[in-house]
Amino acid sequence: MGMREAEQERPTLALQLRDFALRQEGVLVAIMIVSVIVLSITSNNFLTTDNLLNQARLLTEVGLIALPMTYIIITGGIDLSVGSILGFSAVMLGWLWQEQGWPLEVAVVACIAIGTLSGLLNGLFIVYVKVPPIIMTLATLALYRGLAYGISQARSARGYPDWFFRFGAGDFLGLPTQIWFLIVGAIFSGILLARTPFGRGLYAIGNNVTGARFAGIPVDRYLLFIYTFAGFMSGLAAFIFTSRVSTTRADSGTGLELDVIAAVVLGGTSIMGGTGTITGTMLGLVLIQLLKNGLSLSGVKGDATIVVIGVVLIFAILANNFIQKRLQRA
Amino acid sequence: MTATTKRIESPAAGLTERVRSSLSVIGSQEFILAALIVVLSLLIYSYNPRFGAERNLLNILSNSAYIAVAAIGMTLVIITGNIDISIAALIGVLGTISGQLAVHGYPVWIAWLAPVVVGILIEGVIGYFVAFLRIPAIVVTLGMASILRGGLILATGGAWIYDLPQDFFLSQKQPLGIPMPIYFMVALVILAALWMRYSPAGRAIYAIGGNKEAARLSGLSEQRVLMMVFLINGLMVGVASVLYTTQFTTIQSSVPSGLELTVITAAVVGGVSILGGSGTVIGALMGAILIRTINSGMIFVNVSAYWLQAVQGIMILLTVLVDIVRRRRQMAAIGRQ
Repeated sequence: MGMREAEQERPTLALQLRDFALRQEGVLVAIMIVSVIVLSITSNNFLTTDNLLNQARLLTEVGLIALPMTYIIITGGIDLSVGSILGFSAVMLGWLWQEQGWPLEVAVVACIAIGTLSGLLNGLFIVYVKVPPIIMTLATLALYRGLAYGISQARSARGYPDWFFRFGAGDFLGLPTQIWFLIVGAIFSGILLARTPFGRGLYAIGNNVTGARFAGIPVDRYLLFIYTFAGFMSGLAAFIFTSRVSTTRADSGTGLELDVIAAVVLGGTSIMGGTGTITGTMLGLVLIQLLKNGLSLSGVKGDATIVVIGVVLIFAILANNFIQKRLQRA
Repeated sequence: MTATTKRIESPAAGLTERVRSSLSVIGSQEFILAALIVVLSLLIYSYNPRFGAERNLLNILSNSAYIAVAAIGMTLVIITGNIDISIAALIGVLGTISGQLAVHGYPVWIAWLAPVVVGILIEGVIGYFVAFLRIPAIVVTLGMASILRGGLILATGGAWIYDLPQDFFLSQKQPLGIPMPIYFMVALVILAALWMRYSPAGRAIYAIGGNKEAARLSGLSEQRVLMMVFLINGLMVGVASVLYTTQFTTIQSSVPSGLELTVITAAVVGGVSILGGSGTVIGALMGAILIRTINSGMIFVNVSAYWLQAVQGIMILLTVLVDIVRRRRQMAAIGRQ
């Protein structure tokens, strides 16, 4: 008996490896290795430092927002407004700086603050008015995008100074600057989810809200925090996006919610809530970017690659349901 | 003695009952919306009388048609507690199919019918995923939207379609001086309203949305009702795509931006409860006309049309707030009894 417990506490390396291979993360790593091999054989341009670093640059905005989205989907919620928050915050950044004459540094802070407040508004209605997350964030998907169009009157802002581009188009310690934001964010979010009472609370909410409340978990505060966190990350992503593409436009980030949700769901987070990890989400994120990259290298137009994301999204959920069912049977 | 009292009381009770029921008509979402449309129109008219021109009013109704028709389907979907955010992409794809058939010399009735059939098929696939594979509708339709949108770009490269045959433009026809879309809108709304109210299948939709467990125990198959709802939604989206596409002389082979939100706004503002179980297609019709009135009114009072989407977002939020407050009051009233 004692032997058994000890074995469970410290499984051998082989056992750990076997567990990992059976989990969604293991499957994802396997698929990823296969796609990297296929891509490097079929295209000479794939396995180059330039291409890989550029891909890392491209996935950062989706990756940053995918962190809070993982939290939200684990609790059984969803946030469809993140792309609109990005567009709204980006427009405000350009508008405050160019039309209102604010210093650019202040406008950047305001951009992130506006994103955070937008997320907070979602959270307040979801938690205190009890509007279902789908409806609330669908309404603000329209509202924030509408504000972006209304305030900018669909005019773009450009002509940012050189220092501004360091964050989205520059390098830091040999890597694209923004990837450091993602690395720090992912480690922080991962630890928060896996190693703290807050993280365990999120799983509990996703499995059984009422039970979680009875267990004394501050459900309302946690939910309010994660939707606000999604707003914050969307605001941060808006800043990095603007710095990368060098203009702010009202349609920035349109459809971004799809990429984010696809990455999270592909990473093994159940859309019904209750399961999911940050590691999985990051793997899902990289895998989707690999697929997009592979398609564009083989000549498919950028806009058309969203077909793959749609297919991946639906099949990831089918696969996930299948795995869950088998686990339950076992 | 008791019998006499009863006889004396009952006409009075009947009268208050009748007054109360006519009051409840006035308090209904459809009536409030109709009143809102009238008041808003009068306000805009008093600011700019050109708004009241017969041409403009007919235009508002005619432009409401494809939204109202799509909102019929959306209302059914939302009543069952689901949602469909793929319809803008679907309308883009169906319109392009219709236009391609027309320029390649097929008879126009085929160009009009094909999108309806394809619409039913695609919504059938969505319905299958939702009803039988139990994947949330929001995810299925999010994925389907991107497949359709990307597929449209892949297939057409975004090339516009010109030189369509003259009799293709169904929405530009005006029998008896009234634009064709208005006929479709009125006919489909009346049919759908009667069907929802009086047919067993129509009642089953409310039953599923209201209380799944009770509906199942009374012998309804949730899966079959859901499948039926998505098929009807496909039919409506197909008709809406023809009404939408044939109003322009060129087809842009693109997805009408934000149209899914406009249709959802019409349905939600029309009183379909986001929590499922209630809602009417007449309300959705009123919602569509209200949106179009606001849209047209903004031009006449010199407000930029770029604010329209923000207005729609606020409309959804307000309606949802009112709905939730109303439900809480009802619950409180039940609690008091």
